[in-house]
Amino acid sequence: MATLVYINSRNGLAKNSLEAVTYAKKLGSDVMVVTAGNADEAMLATLGEYGASKVMVDRSVATDDSQQLTRLITTAAEAVGADTIIFSHDFVAKAVAPRLSVRLKAGLISGAIDLPSGDSVKVNVFSGKAFGNVKISAGKKIISLLPNSIQPEGGGSACSVEDFNGNVGDSRIKLLETKKPEGEIPLPEAELVVSAGRGLKGPENWGMVEDLATVLGAATACSRPVADIGWRPHHEHVGQTGVAIRPNLYIAAGISGAIQHLAGVNGSKVIVVINTDGEAPFFKAADYGILGDAFEVLPRLTEAVKKFKASN
Amino acid sequence: MKILVCISKSPDTTSKIAFTDGNTKFDENGVQYIVNPYDEWYALVRALELKEANGGTVTTITVGTAADDSVIRKALAIGADDAVRIDAEPTDAYFTAMQIAEHAKAGGYDLVLAGKETINYNGSQVGGMIAEAMDLPFISLASKMDVNGSTVTLETEILGGVQILEADMPLVISCAKGMAEQRIPNMRGIMAARTKPLNVVAPAAIEALTSYESYTLPEAKSACKMIDPENMDELVALLHNEAKVI
Ligand SMILES: Cc1cc2nc3c(=O)[nH]c(=O)nc-3n(C[C@H](O)[C@H](O)[C@H](O)COP(=O)(O)OP(=O)(O)OC[C@H]3O[C@@H](n4cnc5c(N)ncnc54)[C@H](O)[C@@H]3O)c2cc1C
Repeated sequence: MATLVYINSRNGLAKNSLEAVTYAKKLGSDVMVVTAGNADEAMLATLGEYGASKVMVDRSVATDDSQQLTRLITTAAEAVGADTIIFSHDFVAKAVAPRLSVRLKAGLISGAIDLPSGDSVKVNVFSGKAFGNVKISAGKKIISLLPNSIQPEGGGSACSVEDFNGNVGDSRIKLLETKKPEGEIPLPEAELVVSAGRGLKGPENWGMVEDLATVLGAATACSRPVADIGWRPHHEHVGQTGVAIRPNLYIAAGISGAIQHLAGVNGSKVIVVINTDGEAPFFKAADYGILGDAFEVLPRLTEAVKKFKASN
Repeated sequence: MKILVCISKSPDTTSKIAFTDGNTKFDENGVQYIVNPYDEWYALVRALELKEANGGTVTTITVGTAADDSVIRKALAIGADDAVRIDAEPTDAYFTAMQIAEHAKAGGYDLVLAGKETINYNGSQVGGMIAEAMDLPFISLASKMDVNGSTVTLETEILGGVQILEADMPLVISCAKGMAEQRIPNMRGIMAARTKPLNVVAPAAIEALTSYESYTLPEAKSACKMIDPENMDELVALLHNEAKVI
């Protein structure tokens, strides 16, 4: 039996793709990768270093359409006899993995945060307030791995790359336009995140949040009211009703730490809280706390990071 | 236009999360249930706006037991015309989605809307599964939706940006933030909801593919280390040497 990994290779090999291949390798079976689009062959071959024994690429389409990708992955799974399929739990996987589950009658575990233990896999539930251990009773399995849950492990050698016809068929969805702001680090996969809340008092004060994010190479985020009043775009809203993230470092300035906010960020490895109110609930969830005014602390922290980067 | 909106219940966002029976069951003691925010704030309200603009009907569908009726009445109070409840415990996303698809196939709906996820199991699974079972296109994480004749234009979230997409009905869509503003039901809506049809139907024979074996709670954080606000060099040193995150 083989394990099949679907990756999106259109913008190069993202870290979450390498995580998915590493995860598949650790499951123990032979690892095949399937992808669509016109990615460079030599680049795809490097997936072998992370444990893939073959990459199958359908060069006829470059698509995010869930029906086409479901056909692609079904064709590949049948071709290699895969009983387990791995995704990275990104925007595309959230649409494709459920379809594939129905198509293959395969049990789906979405948002896995660890390798299987016995016959169950750990996932976040209750928006990060607890963990669940999910067991699949079906013969086929699909696991969609939350980004930044395991580290990619290279060290192997390049693998073969084969052209392949995934019988993707037509799409019934027309793409009219893609809007991607330049130079922003996408939040869901960011390892470092600088976030701010209503304590910042107005959108005109976000310069100091962005300055710190820039020197760190971090993504920016915000609390819900900040997105609701339009100080920041909706995609920056983290929490129970926004994006759930698990970066290595989450810096929160002027955010009180309401239970709904914490739900989306308490998977962060390290939390730094900057708040003028020593009673703010966020301090209870923090690793490092700074009782102080964000308007002074953020610029000071930016300078300190600059100094550190210059000497390291 | 006929719109079907999938409605699930979820614990109120301030609920204390605890488990019983050797950590195998969610402890419902003292838990208030609400309409899952993504289903209510975005999917249902946008469906009502489209109906108000274009005519048609909005039906809600829930897989659940009689205990869910109060949550369903809330959706009716906000403005749905009628509700369907498939009388079964929603054991997993596959079971739930296949039940809904069975009903939806026969219903001739133009749009089937789901929330992007529930805030208890966060699976993001039901919408896509319904789409596959009905062999329909699926647009996930839509933050804007407009209908023009038989064509739907949508804005969806992608990594680091948005896409504008267009497709013909029938369609399955999962709804995310941005699509509509929350509506608070008024007294008239609450009164009307009591007499709106809530049709209870027997479930189809479908077997779940997954099950939750057990739950665990995150370990409590050790005490927070307070840093002098004047001394950010110390924080940077700790983040580098102790936490090893920069
Ligand atoms: C159903 C539901 C779902 C929700 N979902 C979410 C969600 O997903 N995400 C989310 O974030 N919220 C969510 N909320 C809202 C949540 O309950 C809080 O209201 C919200 O998180 C508060 O945002 P805030 O911390 O930015 O603002 P506030 O609570 O107003 O806190 C501002 C903080 O800034 C501090 N401050 C003020 N001035 C300064 C200064 N100069 N320097 C430093 N600190 C300063 C204050 O001491 C305070 O702690 C939800 C609520 C409900 C009911």
